[in-house]
Amino acid sequence: MKIHEYQGKEILREYGVAVPEGKACFSVAEAVAAAEAIGGNKWVVKAQIHAGGRGKGGGVKLADSIDEVRSLADEILGMTLVTHQTGAEGKEVKRLLVEEGAPIKDELYVGLVVDRTTQRVTVMASSEGGTEIETVAEETPELIHKVSVDPKTGLTDAEAQGLASKIGIPSELVAEGGKLIQALYQAFWDKDASLAEINPLIVTDDGRVVALDAKINFDESAMYRHPELEELRDLDEEDADEIEASKFGLNYISLDGTIGCLVNGAGLAMATMDIIKLYGASPANFLDVGGGATTEQVTEAFKIMLKNSNLKAILVNIFGGIMRCDVIAEGLVNAAREVDLSVPLVVRLEGTNVEQGRQILADSGISVISATTMADAAEKVAAAAAGA
Amino acid sequence: MSILINKDSRVVTQGITGKTGMFHTHHSIEYANGKNCYVAGVTPKKGGQEVEGVPVYDSVAEARDATNCNVSVIYVPPPFAAAAIDEAVDAGMEVVICITEGIPVKDMILTRDRMKGSSTVLVGPNCPGVITPEEIKIGIMPGYIHRKGRIGVVSRSGTLTYEVVDQLTKLGLGQSTCVGIGGDPVNGLKHLDVMKMFNDDPDTDGVVMCGEIGGTDEEECAEWIADNMNKPVVGFIAGVTAPPGKRMGHAGAIIAGGKGTADEKIAALEAAGVSVTRNPSDMGKLMVEALQK
Repeated sequence: MKIHEYQGKEILREYGVAVPEGKACFSVAEAVAAAEAIGGNKWVVKAQIHAGGRGKGGGVKLADSIDEVRSLADEILGMTLVTHQTGAEGKEVKRLLVEEGAPIKDELYVGLVVDRTTQRVTVMASSEGGTEIETVAEETPELIHKVSVDPKTGLTDAEAQGLASKIGIPSELVAEGGKLIQALYQAFWDKDASLAEINPLIVTDDGRVVALDAKINFDESAMYRHPELEELRDLDEEDADEIEASKFGLNYISLDGTIGCLVNGAGLAMATMDIIKLYGASPANFLDVGGGATTEQVTEAFKIMLKNSNLKAILVNIFGGIMRCDVIAEGLVNAAREVDLSVPLVVRLEGTNVEQGRQILADSGISVISATTMADAAEKVAAAAAGA
Repeated sequence: MSILINKDSRVVTQGITGKTGMFHTHHSIEYANGKNCYVAGVTPKKGGQEVEGVPVYDSVAEARDATNCNVSVIYVPPPFAAAAIDEAVDAGMEVVICITEGIPVKDMILTRDRMKGSSTVLVGPNCPGVITPEEIKIGIMPGYIHRKGRIGVVSRSGTLTYEVVDQLTKLGLGQSTCVGIGGDPVNGLKHLDVMKMFNDDPDTDGVVMCGEIGGTDEEECAEWIADNMNKPVVGFIAGVTAPPGKRMGHAGAIIAGGKGTADEKIAALEAAGVSVTRNPSDMGKLMVEALQK
């Protein structure tokens, strides 16, 4: 799960990480009031969307006066921000963060991830803040310093201060910088985060270490024990169809092709997308109905796929295991009757009770193009889409 | 022979009184030598009863003392599943197979840390289980598609494994053991560990490996294959068309920070001499060809 920068900073503040004074705003008037309340003579107006690359896209601007805060807030609120992570269609800005402008002396980087190889949390830090860490990793990997944290002890004083020192935090601030990195680790650990990035972490002219940005993602599997995080979910930032699908226990992701796919199992669903591409067509979605798909789930899956105006055909690929093909076939028939199936439907069933399943489809009277292997199915659905 | 489990394994089902645990224990007992293999069940505070003809105990340690079980399979709900693994490890189970999907990653970090120095082998979590055809089935896979034979199968996904097994069986190639290692980022056996076992198994002649996007397990396995594997390996990597930054169902199946793409994995495997197909319909055929070389 993703949250906004300002929400991430609120969590960090609770853990004692220094962040700039700031306030989330939903209107120009709120932005002006926030700037006045913060005081000073320099402010930053930041678009709050979940995608990264906001600065480059024009969603982060500096203001030297309250009037400028007003005009920038007016400009950014409601704009469609296009960044390398939003896709070409961009994302409408509905929230702002207005912050005090910090006197930046040096921009650094700190990030935390779960490392699959060591099976621990890894803290990465670099003197090269403000740029994309992937670029640093590629061009100057020696400038990224890593600590693999022992889950029993947490990030120790020595480890944290060692990182702070290696990334160029001045010696008189190393203790403070170390504490900040430890607090960041603690927040990550306590809140079941899957990723946290402070880019940049800054050293200010007046000798402070401050987190100027905060990107935090959380482990969806742990949300049951974090109702306080669940409240931070911003449904505006998530795909409406994906939310709808999740209500029915369907794992759905919108893509930009024309072939809807309904598959049981994540690996098989990806393989189905791949084979569609191999046969010259392109998947409109990833959809895993899970191990025990019901008629209701299949019906909802059809409804969600059919909402897509690019859709030209649907491919159902089910490998019946414990879930029998005859049950799946009945679900498909009921679902197809309930929705107005306006595109060709190719069905490939394999596995338990496959003969009965195929018979049910054949006897149903619904228009189904039957396929035997995955390759056969992909070929037929590509042809059906081309002819549609 | 086989790897990990065989007809002499003595299995305890953790979470046997739950709907899922009961259902799959029933089907596993019906498969091949299951009636002799499944010796115990565990659900805390529910000891003393019988489920599917199997005695239920309060703890794995009690089950072990009473039945000499040495393999555990876990169907415990996600909030309690990591603790169930810990319990099985502490009771000295040789193999622990965790089927449960949706265990918090933090719980698995702690559990894997606790397992350091232990001789217990963990398979999963979030996996279909392990089957040695015509001997024993531990997990949720449909038993009847498998045939006894000499091909090893290792995969991160469930139904995709069934797909490859079905292709193998229809082409007349039976399987020595099929291992679903699961789709979570922090787990037990990796492709590499299972590959080493198959390489050492005198009754395995070749291996089919199904990978998917996310992480670098397939690359690490490829590196080892290049220098050490003395049997043919064929592979398929799911997710060539998956967009970056999107989690494709499995918690571990995500291309992040430009790493973990299918193309990188395919390139690494091909460089290691593995025959990789981009067509998931051809996995079985590719194995037949690899054996003829």
